[in-house]
Amino acid sequence: MTLLYIIIAAIVLLGVAYAFRMAGQAATSNKPFFRDMPFGVAYGYVLGAVLIVLGVWLFFQPQNVDGVPQAGVMFFRWAVQVFVVFAIAAYLFRLLGRSVGTEGSKKLFRSMPLTAAFGILIIIIYAIVAIFAGAIAPYGQEEVLGAANIVPGGNPAMNGNPEFPLGTDQIGRDILSRLIFGAQNTVGIAFVTTCLAFLIGGSLGFLAATLGGWLDQLLSRAVDALMAIPALIFALLLITIATAWAGSASWQVTIYMILIIAVIDSTRVFRLSRAVGLNIVVMDYIEAAKLRGEGLGYLIFREMLPNAYAPLLAEFGLRFCFVFLTIASLSFLGVGIQPPLADWGTMVRDLAQFINFAAFAPNVALAPLLAAGAIALLTVAVNFVVDWMLHKSSGLKE
Amino acid sequence: MSEPLLKIRGLKIEGRSDETWNPIIKGVDLDLNKGEVIGMIGESGAGKSTIGLASMGFCRDGVRISEGSVVFDGVDLVTASAADKRALLGKRIAYVAQSAAASFNPAHKLIDQHTEGPVQHSVSYRSDSQADGIELYRRLRLPNPDEIGFRYPHQVSGGQLQRAMTAMAMACRPDLIIFDEPTTALDVTTQIEVLASIRDIVEQFDTAAIYITHDLAVVAQMADKIKVLLKGDEVEEADTRTMLSQPQEEYTKSLWAVRSFERPAKPAVATGATPVISVKNVTAAYGTVDVLHDVSFDIHEGRTVAVVGESGSGKSTTARCITGLLPPRIGHIEFDGQQLPLNYRQRDKMQLRQAQMIYQMADTALNPRKTIGETIGRPVEFYLGLKGKEKRAKVDALLEEIELEPTQYFHRLPSELSGGQKQRIGIARALAAEPKFIICDEVTSALDQLVAEGILKLLAKLQDQLGLSYMFITHDLATVRAISDEVVVMKDGVVVEQGEKADMFQPPHHPYTDLLLSSVPEMDPDWLDNLLKERGVDNIGDAAVDKM
Repeated sequence: MTLLYIIIAAIVLLGVAYAFRMAGQAATSNKPFFRDMPFGVAYGYVLGAVLIVLGVWLFFQPQNVDGVPQAGVMFFRWAVQVFVVFAIAAYLFRLLGRSVGTEGSKKLFRSMPLTAAFGILIIIIYAIVAIFAGAIAPYGQEEVLGAANIVPGGNPAMNGNPEFPLGTDQIGRDILSRLIFGAQNTVGIAFVTTCLAFLIGGSLGFLAATLGGWLDQLLSRAVDALMAIPALIFALLLITIATAWAGSASWQVTIYMILIIAVIDSTRVFRLSRAVGLNIVVMDYIEAAKLRGEGLGYLIFREMLPNAYAPLLAEFGLRFCFVFLTIASLSFLGVGIQPPLADWGTMVRDLAQFINFAAFAPNVALAPLLAAGAIALLTVAVNFVVDWMLHKSSGLKE
Repeated sequence: MSEPLLKIRGLKIEGRSDETWNPIIKGVDLDLNKGEVIGMIGESGAGKSTIGLASMGFCRDGVRISEGSVVFDGVDLVTASAADKRALLGKRIAYVAQSAAASFNPAHKLIDQHTEGPVQHSVSYRSDSQADGIELYRRLRLPNPDEIGFRYPHQVSGGQLQRAMTAMAMACRPDLIIFDEPTTALDVTTQIEVLASIRDIVEQFDTAAIYITHDLAVVAQMADKIKVLLKGDEVEEADTRTMLSQPQEEYTKSLWAVRSFERPAKPAVATGATPVISVKNVTAAYGTVDVLHDVSFDIHEGRTVAVVGESGSGKSTTARCITGLLPPRIGHIEFDGQQLPLNYRQRDKMQLRQAQMIYQMADTALNPRKTIGETIGRPVEFYLGLKGKEKRAKVDALLEEIELEPTQYFHRLPSELSGGQKQRIGIARALAAEPKFIICDEVTSALDQLVAEGILKLLAKLQDQLGLSYMFITHDLATVRAISDEVVVMKDGVVVEQGEKADMFQPPHHPYTDLLLSSVPEMDPDWLDNLLKERGVDNIGDAAVDKM
């Protein structure tokens, strides 16, 4: 039935879009904007307007009907509120950047889209939280504080407690503190792993591109073989082997994980840096440097690397997200960062069963969503920044 | 006189950069009658292509028409709706782009791309249009006209592709065709065929055309009248013959004068002198296919040897053998009488330093992320061991030598320089090694004529001051005439003729040298007619193809 309504509405919109374009043409005495507007674009405008109206309508629906909370409405309102708050924060941050700082940074902020400002703001906040976790967090990450399963929100009427604004987990640890320490553990380890992956993949990739021949064949085929195995399963397998082979203290497992993910991800970096390197190595300035008698180190680090910054930096951002998600997934599966260290992936796993309460107790379901949201937010932020950098570097080439 | 077919009045175009709109075209008028060809010439950046696109009512991204009108047969294309323009473009106005290779869709056969326009505009049925396409290929003297349309773009040569594109433009029998540098990327011998076929077909169908080029001699063959542009302004417009015989403006005269640069002949080499570079019986191969066969020539101190030939003739391969990038299979290279190791990796610093290279594309020859100071400073430091202040002083001296102000250019990146300035930096980088011998690989072919002349004069000056020897690779015989002392003509990896310049430009020639020499367009508007008559019009296309 619902599907039928949607189809009928879409067909009605076709007519509305046609009328909208006609009206626009008549009202503006055939200005190019309406005159040359394709029908699809007119349809898009109308559809967009309808969706906005629907969204506003949903936002102002009552949250409680006869004492029963309306979960859909509540989640939608939260999402909209978070979105608006972040948009305003990003706007203010960009305003700040435009008026404070050096001439260069001001210029950078002037041409920055709001999405990039949002991304940079989030990354800065995460970095600060991760670095000063010990000072910011109200409790320790391993501290068991008594009452378990306190509901987020801090409202005593709904099983909350103002002392633990985001509630506590099943054994009574403060979720806010664990989120903050989780930033340190998860983001810090992801960063180290990504750097390692780039060091391995990047240098081998450039080496293969520059020297070519049998070395290139050897490295490329080895990478092909590694890439043929599904990454997550491969990582699981290797960590299990390493644990059985060399001991399973929790710090050891973490180190295995860092090394193994770095090696697996370095294959992707190798592919990229080899492709980029191959494009650069055929340039005349590389030939000129070779004929000058320059060594391999100079060729790679002084002539080639500066020209590969843009794609490598973009890849770094994306790769960081993937590594980060892999660590979260491995922790979720139980072989990543070991308890009692706080980690977002582990937190999602531990609190996952509360998702079942989403329909009738949205506040309770919030507990696992907080850690998942922290992961999602950083991923989105990093991608916004990467998009912006890619756009800038491609604009430079013109 | 009736209303002209295309009438442009007070056309002003602006481009967006650094968040402001800057004028690109500053008010240009143009009248074009049916069946008339107007040539537009000017340096790069003069706005030729922008006007060409604007006469279809089109602008590139970041560019807008701010004022003026472009009236085509009563329709103002500036204010016309997208639907109205669609009805005209392709059907009554067609466009031939500079690089046919980049403009054809590589995934479709030529004939399918040919029939797309007529079918789209409901001019004819696919089958009729296909037959017509084959007929046009025949008229444009493409080899195997019945069959060539069923090939993909990568299966035909550049010159043939350019003709197929002209055929495509004619598919709807338009009233106006815009040719944007259709022969710039082609060899001289190929250029002739394309020029002849374009002119024929334009005459046959009484089509009006705008012919955009920076080559004066080409435009002299093609156009009824010529418009000279400079930085978005019209310099002058006149009938072709009037323009050639009596240019009015200083700028036009300077364009005309470029072709007359020629350095005085140098005394002959003393017999028995050791040549700086001696190529001895070099045979070289890519993979298993020999591309050079027994090439030998000498280059003496202070002299310029021009190596001439079409693309694919082995000129650049010879250079790669000399530099050691491609070790010869047989034969060797001697420097000052000493045999050089074949592979550049085995040569020592002194040997590498003595032979430097200047590249064709200054864009790819300079590292875009290094400042001018770093680019020139590196060989200074690497070869001469200079550091700090001494290095800076040496770089400044080099910049002055290539006539660029050191304080102004030292910290710039290549993207902040013009094409000619980049090429000068390339020269400075070669000079920084204080070499005896420089290979110049098509150094002027990507540059405008005035700029190219400046580079040639600079090279000649440096040769006189420093006693340098040049190996000058080029396909442009005007350049050869301007700068060389000796000429080596190559074809298919073989030296077909070599000798002093004065002898080479006097008959008798080797037949191939003759073909090359006679294919260079001259400023005389009757040149193409005479040449075609001489060669026999009917077989010109096929004859030249056979010879390739």
